Amino acid sequence: MSNFAIRCEGLSKQYRIGSSQQLYKTLRDAITDAAAAPLRRIRSIAQNGNLQTPVKDGYIWALQDVSFEITPGEVVGIIGRNGAGKSTILKILSRITKPTHGHAEVHGRVGSLLEVGTGFHPELTGRENIFLNGAILGMRKSEIDRKFDKIVAFAEVEKFIDTPVKRYSSGMYMRLAFAVAAHLETEILLVDEVLAVGDAQFQRKCFERMREIGNQGRTILFVSHNMSAIRSICKQALIIERGTVLGQGQIDETVDQYLSQINATQSLGEAVETNTFTVTSVQVTSVAGPVIKTFDPVQVKVQFVPKAEIKDPGLYVSILTMESRRLTGLDLKDFITTSSLPPGKATELGFTIESLPLLPGAYQLEIHLKDMAQNLVEIVPQFFEFAVAETEVYGGRKLDRWFGHIGLRAQPLNNSSRNGTKK
Amino acid sequence: MSADLTFKIEPPSSWPAVGLRELWEYRELLYFLTWRDIKVRYKQTALGAIWAVIQPLFMMVVFSLFFGKLAGMDSGGVPYPVFSFCALLPWQLFAHSLTQASNSLVGNQNLITKVYFPRLVVPISAVLGGLVDFAIALVILFAMLFFYGIVPGWQIVALPAIVLLAVMTALAVGLWLSALNVQYRDVRYTINFLVQVWLFATPVAYSSSIVPEKWRVFYALNPMVGVVDGFRWALLGKPESPGVPILVSVIVVCLLLAGGLYYFRRLEQQFADIV
Repeated sequence: MSNFAIRCEGLSKQYRIGSSQQLYKTLRDAITDAAAAPLRRIRSIAQNGNLQTPVKDGYIWALQDVSFEITPGEVVGIIGRNGAGKSTILKILSRITKPTHGHAEVHGRVGSLLEVGTGFHPELTGRENIFLNGAILGMRKSEIDRKFDKIVAFAEVEKFIDTPVKRYSSGMYMRLAFAVAAHLETEILLVDEVLAVGDAQFQRKCFERMREIGNQGRTILFVSHNMSAIRSICKQALIIERGTVLGQGQIDETVDQYLSQINATQSLGEAVETNTFTVTSVQVTSVAGPVIKTFDPVQVKVQFVPKAEIKDPGLYVSILTMESRRLTGLDLKDFITTSSLPPGKATELGFTIESLPLLPGAYQLEIHLKDMAQNLVEIVPQFFEFAVAETEVYGGRKLDRWFGHIGLRAQPLNNSSRNGTKK
Repeated sequence: MSADLTFKIEPPSSWPAVGLRELWEYRELLYFLTWRDIKVRYKQTALGAIWAVIQPLFMMVVFSLFFGKLAGMDSGGVPYPVFSFCALLPWQLFAHSLTQASNSLVGNQNLITKVYFPRLVVPISAVLGGLVDFAIALVILFAMLFFYGIVPGWQIVALPAIVLLAVMTALAVGLWLSALNVQYRDVRYTINFLVQVWLFATPVAYSSSIVPEKWRVFYALNPMVGVVDGFRWALLGKPESPGVPILVSVIVVCLLLAGGLYYFRRLEQQFADIV
């Protein structure tokens, strides 16, 4: 028996992006490229074997030199911003895609849940889909037979088990899909944010199930943006940032390290371009202290340089959850009008928010820059993350995810008025 | 499951193994995917599995009318409807399986990008799915033979081997096209055209005896010539000696299959990235 379940050494993964190399081609391209295509592929394969491959235009390194070890039975959360490379790690470990360089070793049967309901067919009944989906996830028929009743009970779809799943409500569909996945019994489980399905009650059930699986001594890698979910399921965490491992350690300190880092590195490494604007910095800072806490006064500052004259500049800032659900937004034009900007003038616009009603967790900003004089709206093609630090919000209580995102300033109804209504 | 099940993850290699052992381990998935394709195929159709019979029967009627009656095509003493239906069956098996296999990877891209399993399972299951339709149509063929009073000779024992050859031909070409389709969606549009042209290059509507003797070996490079001749021979005893086309067909299919496996396995390593 080896002393690790997963070991990665120097994993790197390069992806093609952009339009210079289309993902797949059209007829016209196929004809014009017919002769060149095989040559190009041979060349690219030859280059893949060569560590000195220069980073060309249209390529991106999703992972660079990632190394880590996971001991058997460990439950590890993988945390990091959108696009940091978390899912790529899971895809490589579950053998869906190959690394460009480096290698990994995995001991044990791997079950991967990158999505719930993979391979569900709408025309098939619930019963049929359990078998199909189970087989796709790597279960034996005998194993599915044995667990069938448990799966159906977990999904709470007993009455509809012989109905085609296209007649299911989306909630039933999700429950059934998760139920099959939740009964995978592999030594290693790779899970990618699948808890974000279904209604709150079912989410809670999934979450409990995850914890139960974690306590069975199986090795789990769990990707999530939900820090409280990660904290309560995982014992260890791995921080991934721009395709590299930034840290690995005990859950609480690693999550704290990650959250403090998010705030420290808010200003952009490099400018983000839109057609008419160059965004140089986006910051969310607390006026009250080094980290942002719930109900803190905060400032949102967007620094940019217009490339052309902007007669009537506008700014819209929206706060989103990490699952990209919009929570709220602010439009500068509802507050003031701004004087025109000449091209090339470094400008700062933003808001002061008196009290930020967000519960602890990670959030992201979406920014639109505008010129109302020309009806121009440009969406900055990147979200900017910030975190609200884990603190006590209501009377010294640490909140878990069941409280949602919004903090409320609240008081209990006082005793006298309650007595008054009873009377 | 044993805990010492270890595997290594490495960058793409240019000489991947075929991985037959792993394929065997995933035989249940192969079964379920084939079963799904069959199950779903005729869902919400009024006629259901009758469709498996309608198509070749209709083709037979059209062929009998135009080639048999109007053009007076020589069918070697066999009633023309039997003659053509006998060829249409393996042809439909091949054409259907090939089309399904070629589109199989693209059609299952949600699986390919989310779960690991040997990708060969996908085109193989697509090809196997065609066998059910074939079996249904075969019953009709035997009814026709009975109706015309034709009793197959001892050669009928070769029938399963000929069917296997048809399936292998579809798989060999299907492996190439399915992998190619992942990268170039043009394949999807080419495939119908290819199948149509291929039909006329195969002795379905006519007898292979109308091809001049000296061209026969080249003609047999089309592996479906051996399949169709072999099928007719096994049931009708005509043509009398299909040995050469069958042999050429077996060789061509083996080469295509080996090349297809290699090409597929090499490209497979990037399927999830480019599909």
